[in-house]
Amino acid sequence: MFGTAVIVFREVLEAALIIGIVAAATRDVPNNRRWISAGVILGLLGAMILAGFTDKISELASGMGQELFNALILIMAVFMLAWHNIWMASHGKELAANARNVGKAIKDGVKECSILLTVVGFAVLREGSETVLFLYGIATSDQVEVFSMLLGGAIGVAAGVAVGYTLYKGLLRIPMRWFFSATSILVLLLAAGMASQAAGYLIQSDLIPSLASPLWDTSETLPEKSVLGILLHSLIGYDARPAGMQLVFYVVTLVTISIGMKLTNNQPNKNKLQVAA
Amino acid sequence: MRFITFILFCFLSVQCFAAETNYTIVLQNHRFNPANTTVPAGKKVKLLVINKDASIDEFHSDDLGVEKIISGNSKAIINIGPLKPGSYSFMGEFNAKTAQGIIIAK
Repeated sequence: MFGTAVIVFREVLEAALIIGIVAAATRDVPNNRRWISAGVILGLLGAMILAGFTDKISELASGMGQELFNALILIMAVFMLAWHNIWMASHGKELAANARNVGKAIKDGVKECSILLTVVGFAVLREGSETVLFLYGIATSDQVEVFSMLLGGAIGVAAGVAVGYTLYKGLLRIPMRWFFSATSILVLLLAAGMASQAAGYLIQSDLIPSLASPLWDTSETLPEKSVLGILLHSLIGYDARPAGMQLVFYVVTLVTISIGMKLTNNQPNKNKLQVAA
Repeated sequence: MRFITFILFCFLSVQCFAAETNYTIVLQNHRFNPANTTVPAGKKVKLLVINKDASIDEFHSDDLGVEKIISGNSKAIINIGPLKPGSYSFMGEFNAKTAQGIIIAK
C-alpha cells in the first residue's frame, strides 16, 4: 500500500504543484477557477484516452513515440508558460490596477484562460496517463492486496493534491507588491525545468546528444527520491544527474523568457504616459 | 549531414533499431533477466527490454535518467549512455519489489 501511495503521490504532486502555481499566478483572471477545473477534467479524460493508446504511441517513430510525445507536450507547455510570463509582465500589473476597464480585462482574461487551460490540461494529461496505467494494472491484477494497493493510490492522490493546494494558499498570502514577481519567478523556473525534462526525453529518443552525462552527481547529497528532491524536481527542475544538454535547455529557456519579460515590461510605462498626455 | 540522414533513416526503418540493439533484458514474473548487464563505458548503448509478463510496467531509472512504459507482452528500445564507468540501477516501477536490475558500465 505504501509503495503504491508513493508512486501515485510523485505523479500527482508534479501536476498539483504546476496547477497550484498557475492558479495563484492567474488569481486576478476572471473565472480562473472554472478554467482550471475544465483543464483538470479535460486532462483526466485525455489521460484515460492516452493510456488506452499507449501501445500505438510507443510504436510511432520506430519505438520512440513515447519519448517524442512527452517532449512535445513539455515543449508546448514551456511556450505557454513563456507566453503567460511575458504577457503578464506587460499587462498583469495594469490589469490589477485598472479594474475599471472591464472590457479589456475580459478580453485579456480569455487569452490568459486559454493558456491556463492548456498548461493545466497538459500537466494532468502527462502525469495522469501514467497513474491511470499503474492503477489499472493493479485493479486488473490477480494479486490479493488489490484493495489495499488501490487505497494506497487514493492516499497518494489526496496527499499530492493537498501539497499543491497548500502551495496555492501559501502563494496567495504573499503581499501584493511582491506577488507578481514571486509568481512570475516560479513560473519561469517551472518552464525551465520542463524544458530540461523535454531535453531528457529527446536524449532518450537519441535525437540530440547528451553532451556530458551526467554533468554532476548529487544523488548522494540530495537524492531525487527524497521528499525535498521530489519537490525541487517539480518546482525548479532539479535533477541529481543531469545531462549537459538538459542544462543547455534550462539556461536557454530561463534567459529567453527573462529577456522577453524585460522587453515587454518597459511597454506599459510608455502606454501610461501616452494615456496621461 | 550524415547524422541527419541517419536520423531520417531510423525514422523510416524499424530494422534500424533492431540491428543496432546491443543488449537484451527480459522481464518475466516481474523480474529482470539478466539482472546485471555489463556495457562498455563511454559509448551509446541500446537496450532491448522484452516484457514477457501480461501486465504493463515502467522501466524506470533515476541513475540513467530514463523512464519508459512497456506494455504487457511487448518490447521497447531504451537508449542509454555514453556512461561513465560505474553501476546504474533500474527497476520496473510498477513491480519494484521484485523487478530490480543493474547496468554496469566498464
